[in-house]
Amino acid sequence: MASNIVKDSQQSEQSPVVLSVQHVSKSFKLPTEQATGLKQAVINWTKGIKGYKVQHVLHDISFDVHQGDFFGIVGRNGSGKSTLLKIISGIYTPESGHVDVRGTLVPFIELGVGFNPELTGRENVYLNGALLGFSHDEIDAMYDDIVEFAELEDFMDQKLKNYSSGMQVRLAFSVAIKAQGDILVLDEVLAVGDEAFQRKCDNFFTEIKKNPKKTVILVTHSMESVKKYCNKAILIKDGNIVASGDKNDVADRYTLENLKPTEKHAEKEKDKRTEEYPVGLSKRVPVLRVHPVSSLTPDGTEPFVFDLEYEFNERIPFYFAVSLLDIKRGGIPVDSGSIPLKETGHHSVRCSIPLEMFNNGQFKIIASLRIDPSAESSEETEMIAYTNEENSCLFALRNKRNKDYALLSDRAITMRLLGTDEDHNNS
Amino acid sequence: MNTMIANLRKRYHYSWVVLKELVKTDFQLRYQGSFLGIAWSVLKPLMLFCVMYVVFVRFLKFSDGTPTFPLVLLLGISLWNFFAEATSMGLSAITGRGDLLRKVDFPRYIVVVSATIGALISLAINMCVVVIFCIFSGVVHFTWRVFLLPLNFVEYYLLALGVALLLATLNVYFRDIQHIWEVVMQALFYATPIIYPLSMVTGQLGQHYGPIITKAMLLNPAAQIIQDIRHNLIAPDTTQTVWTEFNHVGYALIPIALTLAILTWGISVFRKHSRKFAEVL
Repeated sequence: MASNIVKDSQQSEQSPVVLSVQHVSKSFKLPTEQATGLKQAVINWTKGIKGYKVQHVLHDISFDVHQGDFFGIVGRNGSGKSTLLKIISGIYTPESGHVDVRGTLVPFIELGVGFNPELTGRENVYLNGALLGFSHDEIDAMYDDIVEFAELEDFMDQKLKNYSSGMQVRLAFSVAIKAQGDILVLDEVLAVGDEAFQRKCDNFFTEIKKNPKKTVILVTHSMESVKKYCNKAILIKDGNIVASGDKNDVADRYTLENLKPTEKHAEKEKDKRTEEYPVGLSKRVPVLRVHPVSSLTPDGTEPFVFDLEYEFNERIPFYFAVSLLDIKRGGIPVDSGSIPLKETGHHSVRCSIPLEMFNNGQFKIIASLRIDPSAESSEETEMIAYTNEENSCLFALRNKRNKDYALLSDRAITMRLLGTDEDHNNS
Repeated sequence: MNTMIANLRKRYHYSWVVLKELVKTDFQLRYQGSFLGIAWSVLKPLMLFCVMYVVFVRFLKFSDGTPTFPLVLLLGISLWNFFAEATSMGLSAITGRGDLLRKVDFPRYIVVVSATIGALISLAINMCVVVIFCIFSGVVHFTWRVFLLPLNFVEYYLLALGVALLLATLNVYFRDIQHIWEVVMQALFYATPIIYPLSMVTGQLGQHYGPIITKAMLLNPAAQIIQDIRHNLIAPDTTQTVWTEFNHVGYALIPIALTLAILTWGISVFRKHSRKFAEVL
């Protein structure tokens, strides 16, 4: 049973590589001033100014995406992730290195490419579909699905300019996800539509995640969506891959990156120091690990017991937080919040989580070490260390009495019929 | 052979799908919101024809004295309109579609081709009008030369496409091109025998320079094609073409060679730079 847990990640290693990015670099020439006019060109020429500066956007980026992966590309604004996406999609050509794609790749750099406000919704669907590579007949086949998903049945013969912006986005998104490509490339498109539509998209992503033939590459700066959907991710910073592999590591690293002080100098020094330690740990916190005490395949009748090992030597108030992640369904069923610790040095804390009510599933326990926040941070506590893939604990709950669908089992529900026919007659 | 066709189909399937949709969209949007809609593509050249007929034939007495001249004038205007429209639309095709080019990877030439095909559709509509006029005027006697017309139109389209590809590429880097091209088109319009008969050139310039200038003008591919189409469709006896003016076939082939050269040049320049369009725009 224990082998089942690791099977997930192994499976994706064995499946064929569908997208291979090898040593891709890219730089742009940015004009330093308005160098487009003749006057400026002459002035620049006489002064010997080049008129542009070269900005290196990507340095030697390499990674592989396997079939069935839900691959996240994370980074702050201006880190080069969109440029990378455009190179993958073939819109930009890389300066060096190459990109190999196997299968059809459907890129969505922006939703509703080619949408024209003067055309009707129907015409726009066909136009947008054609740009994504679908002939008239192919779109005919999926047209009803698209309209139904967008919930715009009554508006398809209206001109697009009469749509609300939410409706436009819904239509565009529906075309995008109904498009049947092997590899979907999505650029920060998850935050659209109202709540009901969000839920629909959510279901769709969960669905596509299960399909081993479909590969999705998602570019985002939202940590929630990475943690929820992706199984692998890379973090890009200043055109370099700074973390790659397990999504939770990358997501946590990204959170750390965002928390770092803004002074560039300090940042770089810190980078050097953290590199000597595994992802998530640092000189301040050299050890942080979750040790399972119970079996890794519990049947749920007893609480899951584990130890949290840490080492922290600074004499300031510090806390730990433990979360239980649901691997398959996504989300965080249990979170401890920040719990203050008193003992500095190298210690272990024993914890347990009751599993009585849970259905079958794969769960992961992650922990972080936190301190009081610096003045500018708005959060309650500031994370200084977290458990990476190696240091966190993965377990699978298996019991025949449980089902697979919901997180909590039906034992959580009690039911009683309220009243009878007679009661109704009386009242 | 079958596999070759299958391969070709596979390779150009996407281009074809996109091209069809773009042409359709352009056409739908062209007269969007106007009251007369598609009728404008017939009305506009007809009105232009009326203006030019009144000014040049009635007032300025430009005519070669044949009864077919009004039709020759109408045909010339329709043909020139195609060239003007195809090149000016092609010129701004890439820059105008920047939003698409930055977001989807598709063969860039499609945008230029779709712009020129839009002009080609207008030409087709206009040609129908011209042919109807020809039939009802009763002065035109069609000959076997009508069967040569498709060749002329193919050459004309290739010329327009070559120029459009060239201009579209240049316009990405130098937006001045659109202003320059407007002036060039105006000059070309008067350098091509459209509103005046070619015989007038000889008449005005005398026997010594007249024939030389006439020949030089006919070496312009646009002039050659327009004269050829007039010759083959309406007036085989009175239209001077490159074939009737030069005794030597070698000279007559110069405009055709020029057309092919412009096309090849346009394609090679476009191909070389098209990969950079998304970044430069």
